[in-house]
Amino acid sequence: MVRVAEEWLNICGGCELTILNIGEPLLDLLPSLQFVHMPLLMDQKYFGQIGEKTEIEIPDAEVGIVSGGIRNEKEKHVAEEMRKKCKTLIALGSCACYGGIPALANQSPLPDLFEKVYRQSKTTEPAGDPSEGLPKLTDRVYALDEVVKVDVYIPGCPTAPELVTQALTSLLEGKSFVLSERSVCDDCPTKREKKAVTSVKRPLESPVPLTQKLEESRCFMELGYLCVGPVTKSGCGGSEKVPRCIKGYMTCRGCFGPIRKGANPMVEMMSALSSIGLDMKLIPDRPATLQRYIGAQGRLKPLPPKR
Amino acid sequence: MGKEIVIQPVTRIEGHAKVTIQIDDAGSVSDAKVQVVELRGFEKFCLGRPIEELPRIVTSICGLCQWSHHLASAKACDEVFGVEIPPAAKKLRELANSIAHTEEHILHFYFLAGADFVMESDADYSVRNVIGILGRFPDITKKAVRCRYLGARMLEILTGKSIHPVAAVPGGFSKPLRAEERDEIKSMANEVLEFAKFSIDFAKKDIFPKYLDTFNTLAVIKTGFLGTVKEDGTLGLYDGILRMMSPDGVYEDFSYDQYTDYIAEHVEPWTYLKFPYMKKAGGFSMDLDDPKGVYRTNALARINICDGFATPLAQKEFEEFRKAFGRPVQNTLLYHWARLIELLYNAENMVRLLDDPEIISTEIWKKVEPRAGRGVGCVEAPRGTLIHDYETDANGMVTNVNLIAGTTHNNAAMNMSVKRAAIDNIEEGKYDQGILNKVEMAIRAYDPCFSCATH
Repeated sequence: MVRVAEEWLNICGGCELTILNIGEPLLDLLPSLQFVHMPLLMDQKYFGQIGEKTEIEIPDAEVGIVSGGIRNEKEKHVAEEMRKKCKTLIALGSCACYGGIPALANQSPLPDLFEKVYRQSKTTEPAGDPSEGLPKLTDRVYALDEVVKVDVYIPGCPTAPELVTQALTSLLEGKSFVLSERSVCDDCPTKREKKAVTSVKRPLESPVPLTQKLEESRCFMELGYLCVGPVTKSGCGGSEKVPRCIKGYMTCRGCFGPIRKGANPMVEMMSALSSIGLDMKLIPDRPATLQRYIGAQGRLKPLPPKR
Repeated sequence: MGKEIVIQPVTRIEGHAKVTIQIDDAGSVSDAKVQVVELRGFEKFCLGRPIEELPRIVTSICGLCQWSHHLASAKACDEVFGVEIPPAAKKLRELANSIAHTEEHILHFYFLAGADFVMESDADYSVRNVIGILGRFPDITKKAVRCRYLGARMLEILTGKSIHPVAAVPGGFSKPLRAEERDEIKSMANEVLEFAKFSIDFAKKDIFPKYLDTFNTLAVIKTGFLGTVKEDGTLGLYDGILRMMSPDGVYEDFSYDQYTDYIAEHVEPWTYLKFPYMKKAGGFSMDLDDPKGVYRTNALARINICDGFATPLAQKEFEEFRKAFGRPVQNTLLYHWARLIELLYNAENMVRLLDDPEIISTEIWKKVEPRAGRGVGCVEAPRGTLIHDYETDANGMVTNVNLIAGTTHNNAAMNMSVKRAAIDNIEEGKYDQGILNKVEMAIRAYDPCFSCATH
């Protein structure tokens, strides 16, 4: 029996749902796993069951799963407590691995965020920032490994249920779990003709005729629709392989993050496009579009004020 | 000097909140609050993005009702671009919406709130969860795991990606449903429909009768209601007009873009979550004896405001419910019952849509051109009326965003319900984990998503 603790920080809950989306195979795994903490499904509290304790306490576990990055002081404490109590710590999903969508907030200073939410919203009666008895927001969104050491990374927004199963199975067998360094294009069924891209269009129409099957279609990027697949790690399609967004006739937006540690998808993508003579200005909102899911770890920063 | 009890985190709900209860010297509850302890700031960081990217960004507001945000966003975009989407695209969106609702309602009843009833509210916390239910009712729980999975699987076949979908686009829907895929989904949909029928029968026979007294007494408050109806007054989930009902049952209908005339949001210093209220009430108060402007959304609100359901089995359940409890129903815990009627409606609705020959049409995506504009898109999320309001410049870059999520509307009502439950259950300063769980049940009835709510 392996004890598992699960926590969620700056999240949407999609990663937890991905665990449930394992479906019936999860029931097969259950006899070898003992969930000791999981706020979405269980009533284990931080400060004792009737709030009698003064220090946060999460039970010991062999495996800790954390989704979400860090956006406030409470989330920081929970991350530290999880690290303290869990032998192996998994960063589940791109928010934990790279900051995720919420790290788009790193493009503006925190006071601007409060200003918009509590004083500049259409239906809101302007008021001061709430703060009484609330955890202070951190200056920006942090990925989990900027705060505590992470042992296993499972990226994706959300990740594929099969990858969670594989990671848990590997850990149960005492093996390590590492994703391969392949790109989304390696699993993409569309046809590449290796002809140069001549423009970058916004996705305001279908990239291909919808009567056409995906396998008969040309690469969306070659057709001129920005696709971050070439610089994005594969794996989203799970056992079916076909990248999920491509399956929906939409281009990849990079939710699995960089192909290898330390890679810089924005620089790689831009140099690839400029090497064929394309004007980068054709990509609106460039830094956030090319780094939509990976804005923590210093990648997205406040924009210089407009002149 | 009194005492403060803190329940942290509130569990078996989505997102982050704590409950603080003040006990006075005499041991009575003097105050209780639901404090939401998270904020991400989507309204800020969606600014400056190309509008067509928003349906792919705002999904991350919620990992549970991502489809609701996705669809409300696509609808707001359609308005901004001024495009009438093809009829088949509308049907595909509605189909996805109904599948997502069934998945959500199964999740809430069996995985989140159900344990309070199936395992009893004062059962030990270690078994008061889905794993406890699995031990007691293994076959039913396995079926629930399977049917929730089938929901995800149907959405995957339909659109490529079930969580944080991409298929609803400004101008329509990106992925056609092929005939063979339709057939595959249809058999799954029928299986879920059978489970939906079973669920309401099971609850009405084996669960609810034991709790009728709790339904009548726990966390009961008096509020108004908000929801969506179709032109014929039946429940609308994907589309329709908004209907706001005052606590005495009088209601007014209005279009999406008029929402600013009806709703304002109040801010309190002790929670990151705002408090929407009925503007026409002329003010806002959460006083238990004399509330002002407070209204509710989600399943109970919808069953109160609508005149019926468009599918036969759900309509039958609706009639039985209305006959038994009247209109409007104020008993907070009846949310659970209303939710199971909606589960049935959505299951019936997805089978109905799959039987429509137009569902496999490939005429589903109209080209759009950027322009300056404003668009308000609404859907009924499982957790209540969801409002996305966008403005763009001439290049179609986003200049303003205002969002009100389903749970946000319920903030005041949840605070009142929690206070009511705390006052009624904590006497002479005595409490244990079972009593504190009853206070949490007042929150769970609303199936809140606080991540969504603060966004």
